[in-house]
This record gives sequence, structure tokens and C-alpha cells, in this order.
Amino acid sequence: MAEAYDIIIVGGGIVGCMVARYLSRYKLDVLLIEKEADVCTGASAANTAIVHAGYDPMPGSLKAKLNVAGNAMWDTLAGELNFAFDRRGDYVVAIGDEELAHLQCLLEQGKKNGVPGIHIISGEEMRNREPEINPSVSGALWAPTGGICDPFGVTIAAAENAIQNGVKVYLETAFEAFIMDGKRIIGVRTNRGDFYCRWVINAAGLYADMVMHKAGIYPEFVIKPRRGEYCVLDQADITVRNVLFPVPSKASKGIMVTATVHGNALVGPNSNFIEDKDDCSVTRAGLDEIWHGARKLIPSLDTRHVIAMYAGLRACGNAPCRTPGVDYRQDFIVEVAEEVSGLINLAGIESPGLTSAPAIALRVVEMLLEAGERLEEKKDWQPIRPPRPRFRHLPREEQLRLIREDSRYGRIICRCEMVTEGEIVAEIHAPIPAKTYDAIKRRTWLGTGRCQGSFDMPRVVDILSRELGMSPFEISKRGGSSRFLLCTTKEVNHED
Amino acid sequence: MKIKQKYDVVVIGSGPGGLAAAIAAKKTGCDDVLVIERDIELGGILLQCIHNGFGLEILKQDLPGPSYAQRFVSEALGLGVETLLDAMVLDVSPQRRIFATSRKGGLYDIEARSIVLAMGCRERTRSQIRLPGPRPAGVFTAGTAQRWVNVEGYMPGRRFVVLGSGDIGMIMARRLTLEGAKVERVVEIMPYLNGLMRNYVQCLLDYDIPLQLRHTVNRIIGNHRVEAVEIVAVNDRWEPISGTEEIVPCDTLLLSVGLIPENELSRKAGVLLDPLTGGPFVDDHFQTNVPGIFAAGNVVHVYDLVDWVTEAGYIAGRSAAAFAIELRRWENRHMPLVAGENVRYVVPHELDRESLTMGAVRIQLRVKQPIESPVVVELRNGEDVLVKKGEPYARPGEMITLTIPSKVYDLVQKASVLSVHVVQR
Repeated sequence: MAEAYDIIIVGGGIVGCMVARYLSRYKLDVLLIEKEADVCTGASAANTAIVHAGYDPMPGSLKAKLNVAGNAMWDTLAGELNFAFDRRGDYVVAIGDEELAHLQCLLEQGKKNGVPGIHIISGEEMRNREPEINPSVSGALWAPTGGICDPFGVTIAAAENAIQNGVKVYLETAFEAFIMDGKRIIGVRTNRGDFYCRWVINAAGLYADMVMHKAGIYPEFVIKPRRGEYCVLDQADITVRNVLFPVPSKASKGIMVTATVHGNALVGPNSNFIEDKDDCSVTRAGLDEIWHGARKLIPSLDTRHVIAMYAGLRACGNAPCRTPGVDYRQDFIVEVAEEVSGLINLAGIESPGLTSAPAIALRVVEMLLEAGERLEEKKDWQPIRPPRPRFRHLPREEQLRLIREDSRYGRIICRCEMVTEGEIVAEIHAPIPAKTYDAIKRRTWLGTGRCQGSFDMPRVVDILSRELGMSPFEISKRGGSSRFLLCTTKEVNHED
Repeated sequence: MKIKQKYDVVVIGSGPGGLAAAIAAKKTGCDDVLVIERDIELGGILLQCIHNGFGLEILKQDLPGPSYAQRFVSEALGLGVETLLDAMVLDVSPQRRIFATSRKGGLYDIEARSIVLAMGCRERTRSQIRLPGPRPAGVFTAGTAQRWVNVEGYMPGRRFVVLGSGDIGMIMARRLTLEGAKVERVVEIMPYLNGLMRNYVQCLLDYDIPLQLRHTVNRIIGNHRVEAVEIVAVNDRWEPISGTEEIVPCDTLLLSVGLIPENELSRKAGVLLDPLTGGPFVDDHFQTNVPGIFAAGNVVHVYDLVDWVTEAGYIAGRSAAAFAIELRRWENRHMPLVAGENVRYVVPHELDRESLTMGAVRIQLRVKQPIESPVVVELRNGEDVLVKKGEPYARPGEMITLTIPSKVYDLVQKASVLSVHVVQR
């Protein structure tokens, strides 16, 4: 007999996982399905890792509202879910006098959006706060509520907390179609069979338009991938203390230079529409573009300090803002579908989607209540997701205690980021098991340093194979055909 | 083996540089020499270099890497070099304190009179050459592939393109061909070969593997696993020449695009690095700017031949040993002066044995309890009295002075600790 749930969430990005976490508070049977081998593999995995203050979105838009509301939730969330978050504030930096006027517009926009504490500082003050800044800085907008986070950490923690409270997560389970009873959704068809439910929450990121279209609704809504490329710099070579935006363009917030919670500086992103929703390529032209943009803020940046590159795809929708009188055609969709029953769409969630995710999740709860669901709180709901130890962050005495309890914490597998075998094994057996190299990388930050996994890769393949009881030839970078090893020596035939 | 708290010389890394340094340190006369190695056996990267060509210069023999390493492993162990295996050094301080961790032993906190840094080098990666495309599996550094093939017996691919004409790249091209894989070509962006000519002849020419100079990989193709690479010719400024793009199907791209000295620990120890070599600034003893911290081999700059790494290790090891021996002599010059019977304290707390060659040394002390009758103040080495003098009484409120004359120099040399006593006559 097919499994039946109250609610099925389609998509294990930050939005889906955050919704799962907030719904886990109530007496509901919730299933989250994700097509990839891990949660947090799409836009949630490849972005700027910024918790935006909220001065950027168009006043009156849903983006503006959810951004500011979401931003305020992050301190509590970080405390409950135990992920890396640092509210260190952010700057929009004006270079030369002509850009200065833009700061005033942003300031007014921010005030309309209800962003607390923003004000403009002088160029001299900016030079004091960031010694590496372009000396032609003429002023900056300072937003003390801006922050930086570890987006994998947030998403995985939210999903784990949901699982702790009874939500089920099925990985490598791809949505194919709705099971309908007339205009009523009663389930979803997947590559792993049918699952029944009363509600579907569409949090399918780049594919949220496709999911809607499968329900036969909103044909004019289209998500176009808008690619952003990034470079990560070696923390030994350059330290950027702050979160620095340029004065924004119409298309995006611009190419920024920012500190990260891991200590590396990050530069990017550019913003280019592409056709293919799977194409996370970095391009030569793109790298030149972000490098040019980044040097405008910090002229001393050197390409020799690059240790990693990546590209992310923003799920850029074309939904008009629902607020009367606001002419904006790129808003979030966070609403109960009208043409069919049993569907909530969370679509077009590009930036500031990460920041907004907890507010979106709360809105989902409200919408269910408004739709007549009687949500009853679980008495034993556990909002705290316990952290797992990170060897490199511990004082010596704690490291020693950890090794005494489990000697695998004494064996370093990733030399650059000092990640131990104990941490890797713990992630493999965590509530969402890390079964691929990338899953371990995202959780432990292994392989992200200057050798980019050259040292740890054979060792991690070995540990994964041992812990999962799988052959080393089945171990992959991120599931599917992304395997590392093809056969043993002496059995190659390249004509195969 | 029990790891001691203090060593004369600690060598970090057991590749050819580290092994030579340990051997030289031992031969120079250091008793306590420790090698810390992160892998489970000694030898470093040589163990995965199963090809020949090692030892021609200094051994006048053509050996494979593991055989070359074994010579030095045997010699080091025969000399009594101690080893800490499967252990990673977490931190080195400028005061030469070393923190290391291992699965078996937990955390180690070791003091070293001198240190030889011999961490070798690492390979440049895809990002460092900013190679565009998606990020599929199947892009490996040549060294990672070498470990899989030569040590673990796994093939990371069947159809390869090698980017960069470094020695490891060419050697792996031959190795993979011998294993039955197809190496489509080796691509080099420069107009000249990056590795040794002998490797070009023996690894590429002999196996009909094409080398394309002035070409590079323009982008990688394949979302999950490499499916092909796009190769393109470059102009004098290393920019792709459009119209020359060629798609070469393959499942693996190996990178042999340069080596960088591995100096994360050196930085922690306050060692200054030359931006040109990527390694520490060193003098002709291979001493860094931090006194007592030496560096040997590829951690200083990348060598072409292992023989020169070994030679560098010998020099660094000898110099580190000389430093440790001098330091030990300095430490041994001082011996504690301790309070004995009815003495509360003595100043100075330590005596430099050599001071007596310059003249007498005056020491001062206070007693614990008053004695209102004649007393004798004695400087002793165990039961032997070296110096004594009489006083009519001893009172805590009145300091007592004792002079150690030059003539007891020889007696003092035999002592490891001296004590002062004030007793009733």
C-alpha cells in the first residue's frame, strides 16, 4: 500500500527544509522529497551566504516584507539549530562621487522596508573600517543587521531538526506528477513510487514552475536560471573583514567582496541568464567579469589567491507583485494555489530567499491555518538541534577529551581544514546520512582548503566505502554517475 | 614506542628531505631525534612513485621511489631515529613547541631544541589555474591519481587527458597507458616542456602519447562525471585563440600544473616565506628566520631530482643538530641551587658552572628558624660539602652571604644540583 501523509514538501533546499522544520512542530505526517542524493544542492548550496538586511528589495514587494521579517529570526534560529551565523553588518560602498547619490536612494528604500539601524557613513570612516577598500571610496551605507552564515549548515540543521521531530526525508526521490482527484491534489508520483497526501508544498527551486505546470496552473509563470559565478580566496593570503556590496545595478546587487563564516574571502557573483537549469559552469568571461567587479571594491585582490570557484543558479521568476500600486515583476510567490486544492507554491525564491526562508516557513504555517487546518502542537517538540563537534574549533583540552572518547577524532583526514575521521564518520551516520563526498564536504568543510581535496579524497572514498558497506566503485562525488573510481588496475579496457 | 616530552631534533615529514635530516642529525651526535609522519609508514610521496629514476646522482643507481626511500628508512631506524606515524602536526610555535594528534596516541605536546620542516609540497589545483566549466567527478591532480593507481590499485578513469607537462603528469600518462587506459594527449600551455626531457622521451614518445605545446583546456564538459574537455590553442599571452577549439572525449582530466611548497605549519611558527619560491627564506644552513627552525627539501623550493632533496636534508639535519647540541650545552651550564636544611630560599636560583672561571660567585639566603648558637653554612653536592663557613647565630631577619670560590670549579662540574644548608655546629 502506498504511503500516505498529511503534507509532502517537494524540494530539499533551504525553503523546503525550513518549512519542514516549522511544520514539525505540529501533529502532522510530513514527508520531504528531494531528487538529489543530499539536501541543499541547488541554489541553497551555491550563493553568497549573506543574510540580507533588506534595503534592497522593492518596497511593498513580498521580497521586501519577507526579507526584513526573515532577517529578524536568524539569531534565535542559529541558537536553536546550532549553525554558523555572524551578524556582522554589511556595507554598500560608493566609489567616486557619482555613486554617492545612490546610497541615499537605498537608505530611503531601506527605511520604507523597515530595516533597523541603517545609515550612511563617510568615505574616511569606511577606509578605517576596511583598510583594503578602494581609496576612492566616497561613502557607504551601513546596515548593522546584515549577516553571514553557512548555508549548508543552516539547511542541513533545519532538515535534521525536522527529522528529530518526526518528519521523513526521502533523498533521490524525484517529483514526476501530481495524483489528482478532479481539481484536488491527493498525492505525488515519483521515481520511487506514489505517495499520497492532503497538501503538497512546492519548494522545488529552479523547477517550481515545472511543478506548478504539472498541476495545470499558472502557465505564464516561468523560472529562468540566472547564473552567478564566484571565487573563494585563500584565507592565508588575504583577509577581508567585512561584507561589501557595490552600488547595485538593476539586475542584481552587484559583484561583492565578503568575509565568510569560514574565514575565506569570497568574490562574486555576476548575473547572467542562461537556458540550462543544470549548467553550473564557471566561464572564462564570467571569472574575468567578477574579478573586474571585485577589484573595484578591493584593488589589492590577486587572482593567485583563488582556491575555489563555483557557480550558482538563481531561480528567477516573473511573478508580478500582488501589492496594489507596486509595479514589480520578479516577486516571490508564497501562496495557496487557487485553481486546484491542496497546493502551496513557494516559487521564484531567488535572493533574498535564504534570508527569507524562516519567514516563508512561518507564512506556510499561517496559510495552512487560514485554509482551515487545525494545527495541534506536539507536546514534545524539540526546537534544539544539537551540534556535532568540530575538532578544529575546539580548545586543546576539549580535543583531548574527544580523542579519549573516540580515537577517530585523533586522525586528521583533511590537512588544510583539520577535519578528523571522527567528524566524517559522525556525518555518515547522522540523521541525514552523508553518503557522498560532497555531502561530507558541505557538512565538515573538508576539501575546501588550498589543496581542494587532493589529499583527503582517496581517504574519504575509503572511509565512505567502509562505513556504508559499499564498494569503492560505488562511492561518488554527489550521487548518480559522479563516481570517482571505475575499476581496479589490470582490468581496464578503454575500448569498453 | 613512548614519545618523550623533549627532543633534540624533531623532523616534520618523512619524505627524502626529512629522512636525510634525521639521519644527519643522529650522525652529528644528537641522542633524541624524532620524525613525525602523517601517513602510516615512512617515506612520503616516494612510496607512490613506483617508477625508476631515483638515486642516479648520489647513489649512482637507478632506483624506483620505494626502494630509494627504503635505503634511508633503514638507515634512520638503524641509527635509532624515533618515529611518530599516522600523526598530524596541528601547530608549531616559534618557541619550538609542537602539537600533534594521532588516532592511537591522542594529542602530543612536544618540545624540540630544533626543528626541521620537511613537509614537502602539494599540487596546484583546478581552481588555481581557474579552469572553467562545471564541477564533475573525474578532475584529479596527477598525484591523487597516482596514489589510487600505485598504492590502492584503483583506476580513476579509462580515457584520460593530462593538462600540464610536469613530471608527475608525464609519468602518470605512461603509468596509465601501461594499465591499459587510453591517454589521449598531454596539453601544455607554455611553448616548452615543464618537466624533464628524459620523462618526455621515456613516458610520452616511447608510448606514442601526443604532447601539444601552446594549448590548454578551455573548459570541462560533463555535469556528473567528465565527458570531454575542450582544448584550445593559446597566443603569446596565454589567451585562447578562437576557432581552434577541439572537443576531446575523455572520462578523466589529470592536472599536472605545478607544485607549491607546503608551508601552513611554517606560517604558524612565524617563518617568513619568499613569495617567489613559496618556501621559507633560508641561510646556507637551511635555517629560517626563526632561530632553531630549519627547512629541507621541497618545502623550501621545488626540486627536479630527489637526490638534491636528500642533500638538502643532510645539510638541514646537521645544522639543526649543531643548534640542538649548542642549546643543550647552554642548558647544562646551569644547575639549580636549592634550599636545604633550615634554609627558606637561595638567590640566585641557578648557578652557571662557567661563572667560576671568571671569579668567585656570591650567593645569599635566609634561614627558616632562628638558631641562637654558632652554626655552619654549607654548600653541598649530595653529601659532599664543597664550601662551608661559620656564623655565630642564624636569624630569619638577617641575610646570610656565602661565597663560592673559583677553586671549587672542578667539584662543581661533577654536580647536577647544589644545595645550601644552615645547621647547628
